[in-house]
Amino acid sequence: MNPTRPPAQRDEPWTWARRELFSGPVNTVVSVVFGAALAYVAYRIVAFTFLNTEWEVVRRNLRLFMVGRFPIDDLWRVWAAGYLVVAAIGIGAGVTGAVAAETAVAKGRPPTRLPTAVAVGRFAPLLVLVVVLVSLTRTVVPGLLAVGAVATLLASRTAAHRVPAGRARALAWLVALGALVGAFLVLTGFGGVGWDAWGGLLLTLFATVAGIVLSFPLGIVLAFGRRSRLPAVRWLSGAYIELFRGVPLVTLLIISQVSLGFFFPTSVDPPSLLARGLIAIVLFESAYMAEVVRGGLQSVPGGQVEAAQALGLRRRHVVRRVVLPQALRAVIPATVGQFISLFKDTSLLGVVAFFELLRVSQTVLSQPDFRAQGLDAVTLGFAGFIYWVVSYTMSKESRRLERRLGADRA
Amino acid sequence: MPANAPPPSPPGAAAGRAPRRPRGRLDLGAVGLQVLAVAAVVALVVYLADNVSTNQRLLGIDSDFSYLDDPAGVLVAFSDFSPGQPVREILLVGLKNTALVALPGIALTLVLGTLLGIARLSPNWLLRKAATLYVETLRNIPPVLVIIFVNAAVVLGFLPTIQESFSLFGLVELNNRRLLVASPVWTDGTAAWLVVVGVGVVAAVVFAVLATRRSFRTGVPHRRVSRGVAIAVGVATAGYVVLGAPVALSRPVLDGPSFSGGAAMSTGYFALLAGLVLYTASHIAEIVRGSVQAVAKGQVEAADALGLSTGARLRFVVLPQAFRIAIPPTLNQFLNLTKNTSLGLVVAYSELTLITQQVIGNGSPAVQSTLVLMAVYLCLTLPISALTNVANRRLQLVER
Repeated sequence: MNPTRPPAQRDEPWTWARRELFSGPVNTVVSVVFGAALAYVAYRIVAFTFLNTEWEVVRRNLRLFMVGRFPIDDLWRVWAAGYLVVAAIGIGAGVTGAVAAETAVAKGRPPTRLPTAVAVGRFAPLLVLVVVLVSLTRTVVPGLLAVGAVATLLASRTAAHRVPAGRARALAWLVALGALVGAFLVLTGFGGVGWDAWGGLLLTLFATVAGIVLSFPLGIVLAFGRRSRLPAVRWLSGAYIELFRGVPLVTLLIISQVSLGFFFPTSVDPPSLLARGLIAIVLFESAYMAEVVRGGLQSVPGGQVEAAQALGLRRRHVVRRVVLPQALRAVIPATVGQFISLFKDTSLLGVVAFFELLRVSQTVLSQPDFRAQGLDAVTLGFAGFIYWVVSYTMSKESRRLERRLGADRA
Repeated sequence: MPANAPPPSPPGAAAGRAPRRPRGRLDLGAVGLQVLAVAAVVALVVYLADNVSTNQRLLGIDSDFSYLDDPAGVLVAFSDFSPGQPVREILLVGLKNTALVALPGIALTLVLGTLLGIARLSPNWLLRKAATLYVETLRNIPPVLVIIFVNAAVVLGFLPTIQESFSLFGLVELNNRRLLVASPVWTDGTAAWLVVVGVGVVAAVVFAVLATRRSFRTGVPHRRVSRGVAIAVGVATAGYVVLGAPVALSRPVLDGPSFSGGAAMSTGYFALLAGLVLYTASHIAEIVRGSVQAVAKGQVEAADALGLSTGARLRFVVLPQAFRIAIPPTLNQFLNLTKNTSLGLVVAYSELTLITQQVIGNGSPAVQSTLVLMAVYLCLTLPISALTNVANRRLQLVER
């Protein structure tokens, strides 16, 4: 951003501590009190994790936590799907990185290459999660497969980074998309397992991805509807948004379970309970997405549209090539924030009887071996850690993307 | 903002919305499109309603709302509701219970969230990191999980027994059975005193308006907040003394094996309230921090250049601007907290959603019950939402 920034000041530890911690009587007291509190919290966390906690309940039920009641004989499908998803993510990251590097060069800045230590640090929580999961398994196979998955991620990312711009890159995106579709097919198709038998983290992630894929486009349409020049379209979109934003998601989920069946004609079978739950999630989240996108549309200066019109662009080209790219880029952090909300909201599927991650952490406590032993903190802590790692990584990455795009604009 | 960013556009001229046509000229295409859109929506609604009534007829379920007068047949914990009372009254109990979480929840969240937000801006490294740890942990896990965790902690014996109940000045008692709060007792003089309090508040508002006007005219400091509050409190206290203590306070008192007096709530209530406050406060903290940091740096430097003290700089320069930025997202969080009270069903707290579920289980028609439930929630949330929209619009006008 600013090439002539003053060099960062490096303090002696003692100078630093004097300034930050002991610069006055109040500050000293605060430091002592909060230092003690933080040390106690750290001690409790370490003691909880390594000393006085039986992780047996998680160890023995790890499969339930991960995939629910997915049949054992079909577990290879989950691994195959996981590999495909990892490859797709790798391709996406590689292509995005290549685009960012080219943009930087075009603007006369050196392409930022992160040192390996920083890159590892970025994904430290995710790596810790993988290590934790592998350490809880009893055979060596999952560990080897996890290492293979990380290798696949790095390999596909490197390969995608080398893909030249133009048609080949579009093809790379297509391959990534195909891998995602393939992941879904390998789970369900060819005598696979229907999603009603899914559970645990698999169901949580599936509901998140399905929710995002379905509610984001719907949200964009609603956002344009709310800013339409036709009053009727504006009112209808506004009514939809306010209606579904005003009702809690739990309530919508319960409605979807007990009432939604009535709204289908008698001639057809109503959709499965899980499909109904997904419908509720999509109705709810698309209203929120619409508000996020609307914020982006509002941020695009009117001169952009006028300039595009002056160039003689057709209206749909004005929208697709001028307005939408700028609008969506302006709201990347808010959009990712909404995705994180959606991810956390899938825990409500457990409240209405689906066997997702949070629900698993409750039900394993009723097994004879683990009943009434006060293991709630263990299973909830484990589930909470998974939720935390995914949400935290997503929010960190979105902030990084935001910074990078902010730098591009300067 | 980068130096060469495009200048902000005037409101109404933003992208996505084409300039309006001059009045008096009818655009047949636009009219046709709108008629088509409305017709499609109406057709969909009619189709769905027809499906519902067909399905209900086949299953022998009533299609009207007469069930609201039928006996509910459900007991509500910590309430004197009897199962013979009609459904519409049990819904009112649910509404009351929802408000009993939402209102104290909003107040406590505001306090905790503001403290955390200030802590994140503290010059003290340890305090800053402690607040960051809290915010980054709580914000990234689902609120249901927080509530279940608090509830589990309550059941697992983090709370004392009744005999060793944790007490806050004798006004709040918390133990592993109940949460008890001192409650006001309505007496003969209460109504009169409330009128006096109302008069005091009106007087304070009138004073504030007049003082503001005078201040604009003469330049004398108005001190409308401190003096207005003094007027309201003074009138209320005077009325309280003159009327001879018109409101009694029923305090929870340990009476043998259990407590008597005060208002008793379940531990589920405590878990829901505490869980929601802990979770939502992390979001409020981010809003507080973000809006203080969003105040342009030049403003702070200008205040320093004028020689304002730290307190004066905060009070007259930073906070008024930060406050304006913070209002819409804060209202949004209040809305979220209100909606999240529906998570009470995981800790068996009888709020609106749980009660509706029970009523449906007891034979009330599902479609109508859920429609009523949605309508009640919309009555709660749409006003807050409208307020947010107004705040947003006023913010935009001020900024540009």
